[in-house]
Amino acid sequence: MSEIAAAHDDHHDYHPSGLWRWVTTTNHKDIGTLYLWLAMIMFFIGGAMALVIRTELFSPGLQFVDPQFFNSMTTLHALVMIFGVVMPAFTGLANWQIPLMVGATDMALPRLNNWSFWILPFAFAMLLSTMFMDGGGPAGGWTLYPPLTLQTGNALPFVIFSIHFMGMSSIMGAINIIATIVNMRAPGMHMMKMPLFVWTWLITAFLLIAVMPVLAGGVTMLLTDKFFGTSFFNAAGGGDPVMFQHIFWFFGHPEVYILILPSFGVVSSILPTFSRKPLFGYSSMVYATASIAFLSFVVWAHHMFTVGMPLAGELFFMFATMLIAVPTGVKVFNWVATMWRGSMTFETPMLFAIGFIIMFTIGGLSGLMLAIVPADFQYHDSYFVVAHFHYVLVPGSIFAIMAAVYYWLPKWTGNHYPERLGKWHFWLSTIFVNLTFFPMHFVGLAGMPRRIPDYALQFADYNMLASIGAFGFGFAQLLFLYIVVVTIRGGEKATDQVWEGAEGLEWTLPSPPPYHSFTTPPVVR
Amino acid sequence: MSNSTLYYIPEPSHWPIVGSVGLFTTLIGAALMMLDSAVGTWLLAAGILIVVLMMFGWFGTVISESESETYNAQVDLSFRWGMFWFIFSEVMFFAAFFGALYYARQYSLPWLGGEGPGILTNTYLWEGYEALWPYTANGPGEIGGAFTHMGAWGLPAINTLVLLTSGGTVTWAHHALKAGHRGQLIAGLFLTVALGFLFIGLQAYEYMHAFTDLNLNLGSGIYGSTFFMLTGFHGLHVTIGAIILTVVLFRCISGHFTPNRHFAFEAAAWYWHFVDVVWLGLFVFVYWL
Ligand code: HEM
Ligand SMILES: [Cu+2]
Repeated sequence: MSEIAAAHDDHHDYHPSGLWRWVTTTNHKDIGTLYLWLAMIMFFIGGAMALVIRTELFSPGLQFVDPQFFNSMTTLHALVMIFGVVMPAFTGLANWQIPLMVGATDMALPRLNNWSFWILPFAFAMLLSTMFMDGGGPAGGWTLYPPLTLQTGNALPFVIFSIHFMGMSSIMGAINIIATIVNMRAPGMHMMKMPLFVWTWLITAFLLIAVMPVLAGGVTMLLTDKFFGTSFFNAAGGGDPVMFQHIFWFFGHPEVYILILPSFGVVSSILPTFSRKPLFGYSSMVYATASIAFLSFVVWAHHMFTVGMPLAGELFFMFATMLIAVPTGVKVFNWVATMWRGSMTFETPMLFAIGFIIMFTIGGLSGLMLAIVPADFQYHDSYFVVAHFHYVLVPGSIFAIMAAVYYWLPKWTGNHYPERLGKWHFWLSTIFVNLTFFPMHFVGLAGMPRRIPDYALQFADYNMLASIGAFGFGFAQLLFLYIVVVTIRGGEKATDQVWEGAEGLEWTLPSPPPYHSFTTPPVVR
Repeated sequence: MSNSTLYYIPEPSHWPIVGSVGLFTTLIGAALMMLDSAVGTWLLAAGILIVVLMMFGWFGTVISESESETYNAQVDLSFRWGMFWFIFSEVMFFAAFFGALYYARQYSLPWLGGEGPGILTNTYLWEGYEALWPYTANGPGEIGGAFTHMGAWGLPAINTLVLLTSGGTVTWAHHALKAGHRGQLIAGLFLTVALGFLFIGLQAYEYMHAFTDLNLNLGSGIYGSTFFMLTGFHGLHVTIGAIILTVVLFRCISGHFTPNRHFAFEAAAWYWHFVDVVWLGLFVFVYWL
């Protein structure tokens, strides 16, 4: 035993430095940091693509980029933001926080953890390189529908392989998160005592393992249809392009919950702290999350109402989709009830969390409108859909990520971020995000189609506003980058608890926490 | 098993980055091959070589850590959860292809043949096409030309027996391992591996038969597509499983594992059972019904 302990200690003496430390690290904090920085870099890359789109749409007519490039921008913007920003950012938060929150030393499978991250830079190098290939980048939309996507030039196999890569990374990351949550909890940390961030991630990880392989299978069939003569999506051979849509959305709808569930966890952690009250309805939150996850498997065809499905299918998917509003409503109710009569203060994380609740709800309501089959016949593939998913994703997922960073950054770095600047960042982001996406509801309802580089004259005013908003939002994010950098460099020292009302294991550790979090497990009463 | 209460956190490792470089090279090679570029093959080979090297290095490290009893029971449990969810992800991967088969048989093909909402499609686009699985399942365009489908009761039935038997032998080996009977363990495992490779051999023979005698290949419409994708990915998984079992066999021969500490053996056995169950699905839905 003593020999083993000695050998064990030896291992920890091996600490490579410089870049090699980051490449070979098995530490959950290092890996969390890597994920978060990757997300930050991709956020600016994806953002630049969005600004190309908004520049072209600033006024009617074709003036700035050619349509093929415009389409590859919409496609890559989506792939980068979904797989390169929101997912890695949440995985980074999971890496940092889950071991701290359940009282573990580290993640359950540290080497695998390293690999989950280090696949991603290669995946995105591959994806972004397609922009420079013969035939240009992928331009058929992030949904990759055949036959359009099969017209992609040399980029096609690279895009598909990069998606395989991202899938591997997500699956391995998710496996690690599940193993950590089920196996690494400190004594006394029962499942129903776990912070909601941990719960939501547990369920998200399950969704990831269940649907990423389906996406992998779907894109593999695209590849074989293009290069090996199969007929999966070719009617002449007995297949059907609509089949791809079913496979894609069987992945796609759970995927949007993968993008939002961890946000629910973040918001459920932040609200009690700044309301100085425990979370209202903890167990109903857990059950609501689980039911949302379950329902997310049976609603996929609400993305395909206009494609021509049997009536029974349309009806089933409409009602199932509307059913999701019930557990979602439970959540929103609980959040509001948590704040009710709390002694609230409005530090930056709280502002982002409240902004999340309001604006995510707007997105949820437009989602309900889209779920109504006859209405969707009108809205489908219009800017109204663009408005919907940007409301749930930008002031939704992205705001939750920002809230989480402001909330936990003092814990991670030991320094407080500059509060005034944080508030500026929040208000600028909120104003510009609404300026960007709210007008899209109107042009969408009036019939402006998505994914088209030009539009009819009557949409000009709103588009100009949206473009101004987009640039404003983009530049406001430079402020975020600045705040993060100065906070890492220094600032007012944070206490262990950081926030007056904060409760949970992570706040019992010093700020910043030691390299190995809980070497002896804490006991949870 | 180490009875240390400390959870073992491995030292920094370079194997993951080697793996990423290897996979990156492999996939670029594969993509270039598809685009008919000459360097593709070389990159692919180099990439696979790097990945194999990574596996030797990474698994080698884990094996020596395991043999030196660096892990406690909690780490062992993490491995188990990891393997379980990995297999679940594989199940979902196959689900995509089974789903495609289901959709093709239940919806796309009958619709092309004019059933239900497909009546207009059939009348105006594919007049005279009659959808009969599997006979006309290369679609109204008769993609790939006339073919004969693969029957269930010849070789596939034998293959079912082979795999089911191998499921039995691996269980026998497991019992022997737990009872401490090395001889039976090695015999059972050897038989499993042998049956695994026999299956692969028979499958290869079946493919040759399909290509040469039945004019059946990946390009034979949706029938050929689903047939070869499902059986092909399954065959790949059998191959992987057989290789894993071979490694475990060699470890058994060199005296690794104890009656109550043999995660690698169990992981390999789980994987093998998974491959077995997928085959049963294939036998029923691809060959038989
Ligand atoms: C309140 C629950 C929600 C409902 C009822 C809902 C409903 C819908 C419907 C019916 C569509 C298809 C519209 C069309 O293409 O015609 C859609 C699209 C979309 N939704 Fe939601 N949604 C909800 C929540 C969310 C959430 C939480 C997210 C992500 C965080 C999300 C992300 C998306 C995305 C990305 C699309 C567009 C996909 C595409 O076509 O590119 N939705 N939603
Ligand atoms: Cu959806």
